[in-house]
Amino acid sequence: MSELKPMSEQAPNSPERRRFINAATATAAGLAIAPGVMLYEVAHGRPEEQAASSAVRWGMLVDATKCATGCDDCVSACSTENGWTPVAESAHPKQAPQWIRKLELQDPLTQMETNLPMMCQHCAEPPCVDVCPTGASFKRADGIVLVNRHTCIGCRYCMMACPYKARSLVHESLNDTQKPDVPRGIGCVESCTFCVQKIDRGDGTTACVEACTAAGHNALVFGDMNDPESEISKRLRELPTKQVRADLNLNLGVRYHGI
Amino acid sequence: MASKIKRLLALGAVVLTTAALAWAGADDQPKASGAPKPVITKAVKGEQCVEPTDYMRRNHMKVLNHHRDEAVIEGVRTKKHSLKECINCHASETTGSVAASKDDFCVSCHSYAAVKIDCFDCHSTKPQASSAMHPLNAETAHYKHKLAAQANAKVSAEEMAGIAQ
Repeated sequence: MSELKPMSEQAPNSPERRRFINAATATAAGLAIAPGVMLYEVAHGRPEEQAASSAVRWGMLVDATKCATGCDDCVSACSTENGWTPVAESAHPKQAPQWIRKLELQDPLTQMETNLPMMCQHCAEPPCVDVCPTGASFKRADGIVLVNRHTCIGCRYCMMACPYKARSLVHESLNDTQKPDVPRGIGCVESCTFCVQKIDRGDGTTACVEACTAAGHNALVFGDMNDPESEISKRLRELPTKQVRADLNLNLGVRYHGI
Repeated sequence: MASKIKRLLALGAVVLTTAALAWAGADDQPKASGAPKPVITKAVKGEQCVEPTDYMRRNHMKVLNHHRDEAVIEGVRTKKHSLKECINCHASETTGSVAASKDDFCVSCHSYAAVKIDCFDCHSTKPQASSAMHPLNAETAHYKHKLAAQANAKVSAEEMAGIAQ
């Protein structure tokens, strides 16, 4: 990849300068518009007629040391926001769609337990996109990996290709129970969308992160990984984080601390 | 010669039969009215569609498909040509939907034209509930899932008694 971008050779010389320029422009924008509410919009929102831009890369940091045992607020919040039936309530739990799930892991030697949510990792090089025969599985400019249900034929190659078991097929008719913001239907593959409807609305966060923060755990941080001043970038600079199956070299959008 | 006469007779028979059938038909069904016309209910909200009505009748599918690709692939979610906004305006007052009963806005014409709609295999046929309409409901968004859980929870007998009093 790097040889395709000759410009990147110049960048490492002056990271300090670049950071200063970014901070200066952000301040200028904030001053021009005035109060704090608008600063929030400058940071996250984009006009609705403007396409998602590759200047942004949405990502999430999961702090497994703060993720509480037995808590599944992120999972229920996702299910409520996106309208999928919780697995426990499904008539066919084994084939029920699941966008995010809680994992409880135990080290067999030390018995140390780790809790973490697992969902689509929003890879920069997504295997699901590589294998899709119709181009339905795609990565949006801002790094969100999505399924275009208009072209998905339900072949499930992407489910096989995903190393994280993040995708599900909708097996049964949903009988008009969908949310108006989240169309989903029988015969299509689906997975975590980073709450793309909320992102495009300018919320700048996801349902699971909101729920985790509301519950006081603060184990999830969401934001723009390309913006050095964002909360997530600051935390990623400070904390040692891992990518799950880093050996696959997929450059994940979800990073874990404490695993 | 004999074959020529036979052919003429046959032709005559055909002409007579057709004439007789046409006459009989004219008596039995004076004017064929065809299938019942679609019921087109005026949109509940709004006075004028985003494009002229004649244009929309012929081209709504092109408009929707174009917007669909931009919305899904590029994330351009303008309101003007969005299916969600069509539904917000055209949902029936009785069913609250554009495709629940046979007289609802989308279904009515589509069944008349015998064109299957796939939209509602995935898209909701109902407008968004008013509480969720606010674009930045950040304060309630935190508790949305908890509120939903409470709504599903069964009400205890004491609470019911309290409400009754």
